[in-house]
Amino acid sequence: MRLRTCEHGRVKVILRNPRRELEISGPRTVINLLASLDLNREAHLVMRDGELIPGDAALGEDDVIEVRPVISGGQS
Amino acid sequence: MKCVTCRGPAVIDIRRQNANYCVEHFLEQCRRQVAKAIEQWDMIGPTDRVLVAVSGGKDSLAIWDLLVDLGYRVDGLYVGLGIGDYSDTSAVHATQFAAARGLELITIDLPTTYGYDIPTGARAARRAPCSACGLSKRHLFDTAALEGGYDVLVTGHNLDDEAAVLFGNTLHWHTEYLGRQLPVLPARDGFPKKVKPLVRLTERETAAYCLLRGIDYLVDECPMAAGNRHLSYKEALNDIEVRSPGAKHSFYFGFLDRASSLFTPEADEDRTELRACALCGSPTTADTCAFCRLVERAGGHRPEPVPVHLGSTRRGSTT
Repeated sequence: MRLRTCEHGRVKVILRNPRRELEISGPRTVINLLASLDLNREAHLVMRDGELIPGDAALGEDDVIEVRPVISGGQS
Repeated sequence: MKCVTCRGPAVIDIRRQNANYCVEHFLEQCRRQVAKAIEQWDMIGPTDRVLVAVSGGKDSLAIWDLLVDLGYRVDGLYVGLGIGDYSDTSAVHATQFAAARGLELITIDLPTTYGYDIPTGARAARRAPCSACGLSKRHLFDTAALEGGYDVLVTGHNLDDEAAVLFGNTLHWHTEYLGRQLPVLPARDGFPKKVKPLVRLTERETAAYCLLRGIDYLVDECPMAAGNRHLSYKEALNDIEVRSPGAKHSFYFGFLDRASSLFTPEADEDRTELRACALCGSPTTADTCAFCRLVERAGGHRPEPVPVHLGSTRRGSTT
């Protein structure tokens, strides 16, 4: 599902577990995005339009961002 | 960021290595780490028949893909746990992965075969859901590996899993568990050989591997696992990791190099009490194994007896 970008340079961010959406102001980097959401860099991956992007990638107003948690599992 | 190998555009930064990678060289790095683990601990021989425990999540699908890519003969085993939509969806991911690659996937459905699902079984047996789930899966994985004649049982435990278990065992000084927390457990006493080839990769790396390989894994978390201690240990370790990259690796591999052997006698002592379960024949320290007791309390069907060979440390009879 492709989501439209918000107006006024704000970028739509999709979060998982539980799935929810929010808007952030741009531009900013991936590292800055995670910090502003109080999310641990070691526990998340960030994708733009389904493609993995590194910590220094600049997020612009045309981007659709998914922040995917990677921590999983019960103890077995 | 540029790839540490080719200086092309990087897609992922691995802070514990102080390195960034492009797609090609990140995938190569993952293969190299798994191959290194297999070689370092003599996990899998070139002609071994391998069974991998598959959940439909990132780790099990990543290791299945990596092992096939490295040339091993690997079948999958999926256990349906009866956890509502979560189990239904996880089965789809596991089945589609296998079908798309022409791989063999063995499926065991817990409610159909044993008469209980994890939510109701755990409640009936008064166990935590993760405890009932882990117990059920361990029994079924071990049994399937032995009955199927597989040389090795592979699980998708990664560095985060092992560091979190080590953290919990150390926090509570479960010394008998510390002696057994190794990347390889040899076949003995009615247990198959068990190996963890992902111990050199974090779960951020296994998730990235799946994304970059186009592996469609189940992203949703198990609803029964929310808030469990294992997850809180992972969060605590990642809080340390972000301030001190490499801390998880140093904690776990430092333990393996310098401390694990100190606890081996306690683990061995714990195993001298093993005998055959009176109901199913699996190794146990009691008259009936924990799985059979769980099935009984959960009101399910007893498992079929399985032929297992107990080693010289057993007490009691296998018949």
